[in-house]
Amino acid sequence: MAKTHVTMKVDGAEVEGLVEPRTLLVHFIRENLQLTGTHVGCETTHCGACTVDLDGMSVKSCTVFAVQADGSEITTIEGMANPDGSLSALQEGFRMMHGLQCGFCTPGMIMRAHRLLQENPSPTEQDIRMGMSGNLCRCTGYQNIIRAIQYAAAKLNNVEFKEAAE
Amino acid sequence: MIPGPFSYHRPASLADAVKLLADLGDDARPLAGGHSLVPMMKLRLATPAHLVDLHDVADLKGIRHYGSTIVIGAMTTQHELLVSGEIRQSLPILQEAAALIADPQVRYRGTIGGNVANGDPGNDMPALMMVLGANFRLSGPGGEREVAASEFYQGAYFTALEPGEILTSISIPVPPAGHGYAYEKLKRKVGDYATAAAAVVLTMAGGKVATCAIGLTNLHETPLLATDAANAVIGTSLDAATLKQAAAAAEAIMAPAADTRGPVEYRKHVGGIMVMRALQRAAGRAV
Repeated sequence: MAKTHVTMKVDGAEVEGLVEPRTLLVHFIRENLQLTGTHVGCETTHCGACTVDLDGMSVKSCTVFAVQADGSEITTIEGMANPDGSLSALQEGFRMMHGLQCGFCTPGMIMRAHRLLQENPSPTEQDIRMGMSGNLCRCTGYQNIIRAIQYAAAKLNNVEFKEAAE
Repeated sequence: MIPGPFSYHRPASLADAVKLLADLGDDARPLAGGHSLVPMMKLRLATPAHLVDLHDVADLKGIRHYGSTIVIGAMTTQHELLVSGEIRQSLPILQEAAALIADPQVRYRGTIGGNVANGDPGNDMPALMMVLGANFRLSGPGGEREVAASEFYQGAYFTALEPGEILTSISIPVPPAGHGYAYEKLKRKVGDYATAAAAVVLTMAGGKVATCAIGLTNLHETPLLATDAANAVIGTSLDAATLKQAAAAAEAIMAPAADTRGPVEYRKHVGGIMVMRALQRAAGRAV
């Protein structure tokens, strides 16, 4: 099958590559660009481990073809640290609140939480639960994932993070 | 899991898309959000030789208000429905249902056109379209035509779409101000199709139901309008006996498949409960 030339902006860098139309975006990111922070989990659009930000939308990159992303702007977990290399608020939140156990789901969790906080900077716990409902954690560490996102929201809003009473 | 090989086309106009689909024939499939088709392609249950991606066709996008009708472009995503002030104001039942479809990531990609045109009995929007009296605008090699949602669904994955035709927009008459609405969906988990679901749009006058339409999702190989159930509640104040009568009338037309969501008897039983809950919640919202 003839290959198609694609260009896109990934984590701030202009990139290009030759892909078959059937190449999934997640494979282009991991194999062509060697950005292996984006994980392949279920491959069936359920788990959210492959979530990236595509033109301001959280998408499961296992269910978008790389050719569809031609000309678009993508952010992956590799583009989430602050410009000086320090951890972003969300990354810090996951670290401080123990928002990961095995860590496999974490890149997708952080990418989805990133867009959630862009759209809703002060989410309630219920907003977070609904907003994160497309991401599965097989360690079932959801409580701390929610705390991690609350921590990040507080930090981004310049308010003190207060743990909700149990 | 990687789909089989195909050629990718990205037309920039509706005319080009229709021509491509007509020229390529049965080997081509239109690609909207892709969240039904791409998973099927990964499983090799769908093996189209050509995909015609509709994302660049500007005519298929947008939500517009013309007089007493809302026209929604087929490529409008579930996410766009959820954040639309126009939809919140005029057709809030679409937001209630859209929020119950799949998950946030899927809703950024999944479109209303794909949801209604695919003919999957598990899709949520078709029953709403029937309840709201929507019309679908179709475009194909023979020109344009309109088909009522109530006449569109012929069987599981069989619709009134002819080869080479695509659904371009949906026209929905705005329900009267003060109408009550509810979509009750029983599902096992986030992202699942309905075990059973019911859509209700009604108006009340003097404490009694004045008009009512009831739709059913995933309780037959097509979405259903439960006309006898709706007629049973008109003129009543939705007392307990009437609700039971409506549920029984709705259950009488249900013919769900037995699957991992439960046996036929269970799905019909909970289908009746969804009808009762939707009626009560819709009546509570009507003014």
